[in-house]
Amino acid sequence: MRRALSAFFAGALFAVGLILGGMTQPGKVIGFLDFTGSWDPSLAFVMGGAVLVYAVLSRVWLRRTAPLFERKFHLPSRRDIDGRLILGAAIFGSGWGLGGYCPGPGLASLTAGRLPVIFVASMILGMFAERWIDKRVRTKGAAHA
Amino acid sequence: MEHFTPVSSLLGGALIGLAASILLLFNGRVAGISGILGGALTPAPGDTLWRLMFLLGLAGVGAVGALLRPAAFVAGPVQSPWLIAIAGLLVGYGTRLGNGCTSGHGVCGVSRLSPRSLLATATFLATGAITVFLAKHLLGGSP
Repeated sequence: MRRALSAFFAGALFAVGLILGGMTQPGKVIGFLDFTGSWDPSLAFVMGGAVLVYAVLSRVWLRRTAPLFERKFHLPSRRDIDGRLILGAAIFGSGWGLGGYCPGPGLASLTAGRLPVIFVASMILGMFAERWIDKRVRTKGAAHA
Repeated sequence: MEHFTPVSSLLGGALIGLAASILLLFNGRVAGISGILGGALTPAPGDTLWRLMFLLGLAGVGAVGALLRPAAFVAGPVQSPWLIAIAGLLVGYGTRLGNGCTSGHGVCGVSRLSPRSLLATATFLATGAITVFLAKHLLGGSP
């Protein structure tokens, strides 16, 4: 129960940060990515502020042997660079630039209009599609091996 | 530059960093939105409730914000539902294939100086900028 409450609080605070930072305005996001137009550097300040705070606090927290409500930290441990990472990031970036929404702001904007609903629904579809294709590629690979 | 909002953006960013830190301290989890959502779509025992609650907090405060400050949620230059649907498909597919988005790679990963996240962030910033450039010139919609 307390794990659910802390997660809820973190999600809620995350949304306040997104709204205050201007991330729920796709025009602002596209303005940041538009280097040949009237460039709006605001998003760099959002990222900078977030990285600064998280870099300091996460280093302090990770001196602990475990988080407060769980037995251990669940951190990504991979350090290898592969094609999936680069291709995935490239595809994500093109979708981000096209619509101006990344996953967090899309979810936070769900009740704000028709477009964010369409965005989130198709994003979820895209996630299922990736898992489905990935499974097929893997079973095919296993059959050939 | 007329829309430049350094103070509120820096503050908003700091709150995002604080929220991600809270999820790490209490739940031991990385606040990557695409990862949290993707994991919630393929439920595993004991691993789903915290995800749903995080997403509920995110969407719930977003809903309150949209009521109180509609100006903070204005639609962007791209208004075509079809283009937004394509954008959503690309974001969903790409974030799962690349294991992260602006929050997981761009904030949490970059903070840890993870080589994977640094490369992913440079990549999605680059393709995002290229897409905006192409969209501006091909679709003619000047943001």
